Amino acid sequence: MDIHEYQAKEILSSFGVTIPRGGIVYSPETAENKAREIGGSKWVVKAQIHSGARGKAGGIIICNSPLEVAQATDKLLGKRLVTNQTGPEGKIINRIYIEEATDIEKELYLGLVFDRSSESIMVVASTEGGMSVEEISKEKPETIIRSKIEVAVGIQNFQARELAFGLGIEPDLIRRASDTIIGCAKAFNELDATMVEVNPLVISKQKQILALDCKMSFDNNAMFRRNKVSELRDKTQENEKEVFASDRGLSYVSLDGNIGNIINGAGLAMASMDMIQLAGGQPANFLDVGGGATPDKIVKAFKLITMDEKVEVILVNIFAGINRCDWVAEGIVLALEKIEVKIPLVIRLAGTNVEKGNKILKESKIKYIEANTLEDAANKAVAALKK
Amino acid sequence: MAVVINKDTKILIQGFTGKMGSFHAEEMIKYGSNIVGGVTPGKGGQKNLDRPVYNTVKEAVKHTGATASILFVPPAFAADSAMEAADAGIKTCVAIVDGIPSHDMIRIKRYMRRYSKNEKMTLVGPNCAGIISPGKSMLGIMPGHIYKEGRVGIISRSGTLGYEAAQQLKNLNIGVSTSVGIGGDPINGSSFRDIIEKFETDDETDAILMIGEIGGPQEVAAGEFAKENMKKPVIGYIAGLTAPKGRVMGHAGAIVSAYGESAIEKVEILKECGVTISKNPSVMGDTVKSVLEKI
Repeated sequence: MDIHEYQAKEILSSFGVTIPRGGIVYSPETAENKAREIGGSKWVVKAQIHSGARGKAGGIIICNSPLEVAQATDKLLGKRLVTNQTGPEGKIINRIYIEEATDIEKELYLGLVFDRSSESIMVVASTEGGMSVEEISKEKPETIIRSKIEVAVGIQNFQARELAFGLGIEPDLIRRASDTIIGCAKAFNELDATMVEVNPLVISKQKQILALDCKMSFDNNAMFRRNKVSELRDKTQENEKEVFASDRGLSYVSLDGNIGNIINGAGLAMASMDMIQLAGGQPANFLDVGGGATPDKIVKAFKLITMDEKVEVILVNIFAGINRCDWVAEGIVLALEKIEVKIPLVIRLAGTNVEKGNKILKESKIKYIEANTLEDAANKAVAALKK
Repeated sequence: MAVVINKDTKILIQGFTGKMGSFHAEEMIKYGSNIVGGVTPGKGGQKNLDRPVYNTVKEAVKHTGATASILFVPPAFAADSAMEAADAGIKTCVAIVDGIPSHDMIRIKRYMRRYSKNEKMTLVGPNCAGIISPGKSMLGIMPGHIYKEGRVGIISRSGTLGYEAAQQLKNLNIGVSTSVGIGGDPINGSSFRDIIEKFETDDETDAILMIGEIGGPQEVAAGEFAKENMKKPVIGYIAGLTAPKGRVMGHAGAIVSAYGESAIEKVEILKECGVTISKNPSVMGDTVKSVLEKI
């Protein structure tokens, strides 16, 4: 789960990381007052969307008066901001963060992620802040320093110190820099985060160490014990169909193609998408209804796929294990009694009681194309498209 | 595979009296697994499926001599249950449950560092289908009848894709020695490398089919291990050719976030390691067959 920049800043600030003064607004009227309340003579108006690279996309505006702050807020609010990470549809701007401008002396990079090889938290830092970590590792890999944190014991002072010295920070500021790194690591560890990124982490002309832009992501599996974090979820930043799916216990990712899929199991779903592409088609989605593929989930899945206007053919591929194909077939028949499907439907059942399952489908009123293997299903789906 | 489970392996069900635990215990008993009892804290002294229920794993091990267990407890309590199993001397533990926080998985693995290599429990999963040695024992939730007895080892992150492979093999009259589902989470108990190493020393296995997917370093690590240390042939398939970068594809661990984690990159690296690649998921069985014919 992702959260907004201002939310990440509030969290990190509670762990001792210094952030510039700022506040969140939802209208241009309150923006002007907020700028006065923050004080100073220069402000940054920042669109709050779940994406990086907002600056290049025009989502960050520097202002020299409270009036300009109000105008910039008015310009951004309610618009969809398209960055190189959002896809062409962009993301809606419903919240604006107003921050005092910082006199930057030096920009650094600080990121923390799970390292799946060593099964620990990896801190990555670089003197080249402001660029993405991918750009840094491509263009200035020699500036990257790393440190591994054991989840069970947490970050140690010496590790933070080593990183701070490694970034070439002057001796007077080492303590503050270490505290910043320790704060980020503690937030990661104590809140079940999967990613914390401060980019840039800056040294200001006034010799302050400030987190200028922050991103945090959290482990969805841990939300049962992180009520405060889970309240930060902003569904307006997620794909509408993906929210519909996640609210109904389906695992769904919207894609660009026109063949809709209903599959049980994540691996089989990915494999089926691959087969569609090999057969010359493009999947419209990833959808895992769960290993069990209960009738209830199948009904929900048909609802979801038929919501998608770009879908021209539906491919159902269920490998029945502990559940049986006859039961799955009943689920499909039930779903199609409730939901009208006007486009071609290809169904492949496999596993337990496959003959019984296919018999139920054949004897029902539903119109569909029967397929026997993964390859057969993908070929028939692509062929149905061409007709 | 005798080094993991066999016909006589005594199995405990953790979370025995719950709906899931009871249902799958019954399926395993029908298959012929030697289920000797189970654990549900607070229900010790009762019986379920004619087998005793204990309050603690330690107590259950003491009375039954169990060496394997399978977890059907909710995600919030799964880490605790796995560590309890390790501490009670269980040798093989399968965690079926989906939804264990990554931080908890790391805690379990750090906890198990206290045991020497010989005493350490093999944890398989979480978010997996479990282990089956066809005709011998099932420590999982798979449909047992799709597996034919034989000499091919299967390791798969995905449950249903592992079933697909077993069925393709069965249709070609090829059997399976053991199939291990290692699960779809980013941090898991046993990696591809851990299991492939066990298969190399298993005298009931001639070849290994490894079914991977996008995300994480494990397929590549196993490929490199195979290149350096293995004599048995390895066949591989990687799902997720069409998966977009940076998106989680169902499994919490199925996300491309670094170099070498996409399907194309994994396939290239595995080829260099001498792994025979099944070019699509429909020919996993055929690819295994062609490799077996060359042995």
